[in-house]
Amino acid sequence: MTSTRLDKYGKINRDKVLGFSWDNKEYFGYEGDSLASALLANDVKIIGRSFKYHRPRGVMSCGIEESGALVTIGSGSKTDPNVRATTQELYSGLIAKGQNAFPNVNFDIGGVNNYLGRFFAAGFYYKTFMGLPPFEWGKGTGIWMVFEKIIRKAAGMGSASKEADPDSYEHAHDFCDVLVIGSGPAGIAAALEARSKNLNVILIEQDSIIGGNNLSKKNFDSEDINNQLKSNGVRVMTRTTAFGVYDNTVVGALERVTDHVAQPSEKLPRQRFWTIRARHIILASGALERHVAFNNNDIPGIMTVNASRQYLNRYGVLTGKNIVIATNNDSVYETAKELYEAGSKITILDSRKKINIDLPKGINHHLNTLPFNINGRKKIDSLDVCQSSDLNNKNTIICDQVLISGGWSPIVNLVSHRGVKPIWNADNQCFVPGDIKENITVVGSAKGIWSTEQCVQSGFVGANEAMNKLGIHKKEISFPSVGGWSNSIKSLFEVKSNKFPSKSFVDFQHDVTADDVRLAHREGFISVEHLKRYTTLGMANDQGKMGNIIGLSLMAELLGKTIPEVGTTVFRPPYTPVPIGALTGRNVGKHFRPLRVTPMHQWNIDHGAKMIEVGLYQRPWYYPENNETLSESYIRETTIVRKTVGVCDVTSLGKIAIQGPDATEFINRIYTNPFAKLPIGKARYGIMLRDDGIVMDDGTSWRLGENEYFMTTSTAAAAKVMSWLEELLQTRWIDLKVNVTSVSEQWAGAAIAGPKSREVLNQCVENPNKITNENLPFMGVLSTKLKDGTPCRVVRISFSGELAFEMYIESDYAHGMMDLLWENAKKLDGCLYGLEALGALRVEKGHVTAAELDGRTTIDDAGLGKMASTKKSYIGSAMRKRGVLSEGDREMLVGFFPINSKETFNAGTIVCEQHSIKGQGVGRITSVTHSPELGHWIGIGFVKGGLEKWKDITLVGADPVRNKQMEIKVVSPHMIDPEGKRMYA
Amino acid sequence: MSVVLVQIQSCTVDMIRIKCPYCGERDHSEFSYGGDASIKYPALDASESEWTEAIFFRENIRGIQKETWHHTNGCRLWLEVERSTITHEIKSVKPCHPQIETITKNKL
Repeated sequence: MTSTRLDKYGKINRDKVLGFSWDNKEYFGYEGDSLASALLANDVKIIGRSFKYHRPRGVMSCGIEESGALVTIGSGSKTDPNVRATTQELYSGLIAKGQNAFPNVNFDIGGVNNYLGRFFAAGFYYKTFMGLPPFEWGKGTGIWMVFEKIIRKAAGMGSASKEADPDSYEHAHDFCDVLVIGSGPAGIAAALEARSKNLNVILIEQDSIIGGNNLSKKNFDSEDINNQLKSNGVRVMTRTTAFGVYDNTVVGALERVTDHVAQPSEKLPRQRFWTIRARHIILASGALERHVAFNNNDIPGIMTVNASRQYLNRYGVLTGKNIVIATNNDSVYETAKELYEAGSKITILDSRKKINIDLPKGINHHLNTLPFNINGRKKIDSLDVCQSSDLNNKNTIICDQVLISGGWSPIVNLVSHRGVKPIWNADNQCFVPGDIKENITVVGSAKGIWSTEQCVQSGFVGANEAMNKLGIHKKEISFPSVGGWSNSIKSLFEVKSNKFPSKSFVDFQHDVTADDVRLAHREGFISVEHLKRYTTLGMANDQGKMGNIIGLSLMAELLGKTIPEVGTTVFRPPYTPVPIGALTGRNVGKHFRPLRVTPMHQWNIDHGAKMIEVGLYQRPWYYPENNETLSESYIRETTIVRKTVGVCDVTSLGKIAIQGPDATEFINRIYTNPFAKLPIGKARYGIMLRDDGIVMDDGTSWRLGENEYFMTTSTAAAAKVMSWLEELLQTRWIDLKVNVTSVSEQWAGAAIAGPKSREVLNQCVENPNKITNENLPFMGVLSTKLKDGTPCRVVRISFSGELAFEMYIESDYAHGMMDLLWENAKKLDGCLYGLEALGALRVEKGHVTAAELDGRTTIDDAGLGKMASTKKSYIGSAMRKRGVLSEGDREMLVGFFPINSKETFNAGTIVCEQHSIKGQGVGRITSVTHSPELGHWIGIGFVKGGLEKWKDITLVGADPVRNKQMEIKVVSPHMIDPEGKRMYA
Repeated sequence: MSVVLVQIQSCTVDMIRIKCPYCGERDHSEFSYGGDASIKYPALDASESEWTEAIFFRENIRGIQKETWHHTNGCRLWLEVERSTITHEIKSVKPCHPQIETITKNKL
C-alpha cells in the first residue's frame, strides 16, 4: 500500500498544520485529521501488532470497529492505551505509540509467535494448564502463577499507567422528548422532523462532526447540516457515544470533552458521563461493513471498502495506488469509481455470477471471483484470486491494497441491550432489530435500509412513529423496506484455505482464525456462548463488531444449520469502552464519600488528638503525650480514667428527639425492656430488636418531659435506627401520634468518666454544688447551665464502668464546653481520651458494641436476656423465642484471658478446643485490648454454650491470618468491678 | 469498630425515577428500598407463626409489585410504590401513611 494525500479531496483544514509524534518520530497532519488518516497520509503502514501472534496490522476501518490500529496515546500519568487511531482526532503535539510490541511495531520480537501458531490455537491455556502428559506436568494454579506474568506480557493490548489518573470526569444529566442517536441521513431527518413539531430533541453523534456515513461522500457539507440543526433548535452533542440503553428509555452516553485538545482548560473535565432520559429514542446508529475470512486477510493494506472512501473524501487520503476490491454486494461500486477518478488502478472481484452495473472502462471487473490469499508480510505484494467454483486454480494480481466488503451489519447492539433479539434477514445477509415494545424506534441502515434516500425517508417515518407513541398525533406510517441494492447480495463469509493451519482471521482483535472456530466445534463448544468463551471470538475492545457474524456463519456451516438457528451472543453495554474514571466521576479521593466531623473536631486536633475514621466520622483516636505510641497513649488514658477523670468526644452517637402524646407507648414498643414507667428526668439503657428477634441496636433514652424523649443510638446504627423509627410510624403504627427528628448534628456530647468526674462537672456548671449523688443518681438526667450560662444537659451514664456522665450542649457551643471541661479535668490530673481508650474501658466491662451486635446476636447471646421483658410485647418479642434462637449451644458473650499473661491476641481469633484446632472452632474473639488494671491482654467474644460450659477449660485461640496460636481461658465478660460499685458511687 | 455502610452516589446509570408526592420526581439514588408493601404486620402479641409468615414468606412477583421506598435523602417519607419487576416501570407512588397522603394531595 502506498497511500498519499491528494490536493483536491477531503474536508480537512489545510491551513492548520499539526505536528505529532508516532513511535518517537515526528510527523505532520492537518486539522480535521484522525490519527489514522494522518498516519496513512504519511504512508505509515504498520500501526499495531496483533494480540497473540504479534502479526503486523494496519488501519482496517475508519471508525469505532477498528481492530488493527490500536495505539497508546499520551505519556506518563496521561497514558491511554488501546485507543483506536481511527477515532482519535489529531491535535498538535499528540504523542502516539504502537503497543503489544518490542522493540516496536515495525520490528517485533514477539512476531515469532506467528510461527508457533499451532500451539496458540483456541483453548491453548485451558489445555496447557490442565497439565502436560505423561505426568500432567504443570497441572494446577502453581504453574499458572509462574507463567501468568510472562503470558500477560506477551499477549494482549497496551498497558495502562500505574500513576493516579490526573484528569477529572463529570457526571451529567439531561432530559428530552426525543433522543436521536446517530447523525447519518436517517438521524438528521428524524431529528428535524421531530423538532418541527416543537419537541425537545437531542441528537448525539460519536464523531467530532455531524454526518455519519454522509461524511464519506464527496460533496457533503457537515457544517451546513450542523447549522441547519442548530437553527431549528435541535440540541446537538458531538463526540458523544451512546454506550448503553437502559430501562425507562434511559441512555448512558460518554462525551469526550477534551480528548481532542492539545492543551485542555483545567476547568473542563476530560469526559462527561451522561445519563439522558428521553421519552422516546430514535436509533440511527448505522451499519458496519464486514470483512471476509481468507488466508492472510490481515496484512497491512487490507481495509473495508467504505473506509477507503471515507479516507478519500473526508481526509483527502488515497489509501492505495493499485487497489483490488473484493465484494459480494453493490455497495462498493460508487467507491470504486471515486478511487478510480482519484487516480488509482482498480480491479473489482465480485463473488456473484451475474450483476448489472455500469463501470468506467478503466476498471477491471471480474465476476464469480474470490480473494484467496494475500502475499506479503508487512505490506501487500499481491493477491491470489480464484473462481468461486474452483479454489485450486489461482491467478495472482499484483496490488498494494485489498479492500473488502463482505456485506453490512446493522448496529443492533443498543436495542440488544433491551433484550430485543435480532432477526436474520437472509435476503440481505444481516441481522436486523426485532420487534421493540418500548419507546424505541430504529431507522436507517441500523434497520437494514441501504439507500440514502430511503434512509432519509425512514428517519422521517421514525420521527412520526415517535410522535404516535408519545400521543402527539395519530398518523398512518410505513417504513421503507429492508434492503435497497439493485443486485442482491450473495453470502460470502469465508474463502476456505487449503493450508493448515491457515491464518484466515475471523476476529482480528483477538487473533481468532477460521481454524479456531472449527477446532472449537470439534471439541464440542458449539453453542455460540461457548464458542465465544473458548475462542475469545467477539471479546475485547471491539466486542466482535468486525468478526462476530463471520464466526457465527462458520459455526452454522459446521453444524449444518442456518445462522438464525445458531443465534448470536447477547450484546451488553457498553457499546464502546468507557473509562473507569468516567464511571467514577467526581467520587474520587476526598470526594469518594462524605466526611463527617464533630463540632469539636478542631478542638480535638488543637489538643493533640490523632484522628481515626469511624464510618464517615473523624473521631479522636488517642491523645499522645511526648511522642507516645498508640498503645502507650491509650494505656495511659485508660489508667487515668480509672484513677481520676477523663474527657472524651462522643458526639458521633446518633441522637433522636421523640415527641408526641404517644411517645411513651412508641418507645415502650421498640425497646425490649420496660419504658412505660420511666420517670421524667431519668434515662434508661435499652435494647432494640429487629422483627426477626435479632438485636438491632442498643442505646439510651431519656425522658425529658411527659411527651418528650431524647434517644441515643450507637454511632454505627444511627441512620438505620432513624429510618426504622420512621418506617414504624409511617407504615405500621399510623395511629400513634409521635414525631421523630434526628438531632445528631444539633447536639455535641462529651463523656466525663472517672472517680473525679462529678467534681469536674460541678466546677463547670453554674452552681458548684448542683450535682450530687442524690439529685443526679445513676441514670439521672439534669437540664442545667454551664458557668457562662449556656444551657446543657447532663446524664449520669457509664460506658466505662466508672462514675461517669455525658454532657450535651448545642453544637455551636461545643468548643466552650470542651474548654471548660478540660480546664477543670486538668486541675484534677485528668486526661483527654480517645476511641482506643474508650474501647479498652468498655471491653474491661464487657459492654457490647457493633463488633458484638453484628446482626447474628440475640439478646440472650449478648448476656442481656434479663432486659427482655416478659410482661409486654415489643418488636421481636414473638420471634426471639423461636427454636433456633434458643438452642442450648448458641454462641454466648464471654470474656477471654490468655493463659500466659504475656500473650497477646487479636480480634477475629477463632476459639477452638485443644484437640480440634480447625474450621470455625467453638467461638470467636470480637474485641481485644490490653487491660492496664488487670495487667494483661483481655478480650470479649462468643463461645458456644457460654461461660458455664468452658469454665476452667483451656482453649486455643487460633489466628491463621497471623499464623499464631495461644492458650486462652473463658471468663465472665464483666472483668472489672462486676458489682458496679464504682458506677453507683 | 464496625463500618457504617455508606451510600455512595451511584456510579452506574440511574434508571428509575420516583415521583415523590412531596418533593417531586427524583432519581432513585435519593431513595432506599424498603420491602414488600403488601405485608400486613401482625400485632406485637401475635403468635410466632403469624410473625414467621409476615417476615420470611414473600411472593416472587413477576409484574406489578407493591413495595416501600424511603426518601432517605429527601423528605424522609416512606412511600408505597407500585413497580413492575419486569420493566421497572413505576405505576403509582403514594405516602404509606394515609393522613400524610391526604395532606400531600391537598398540597399538590
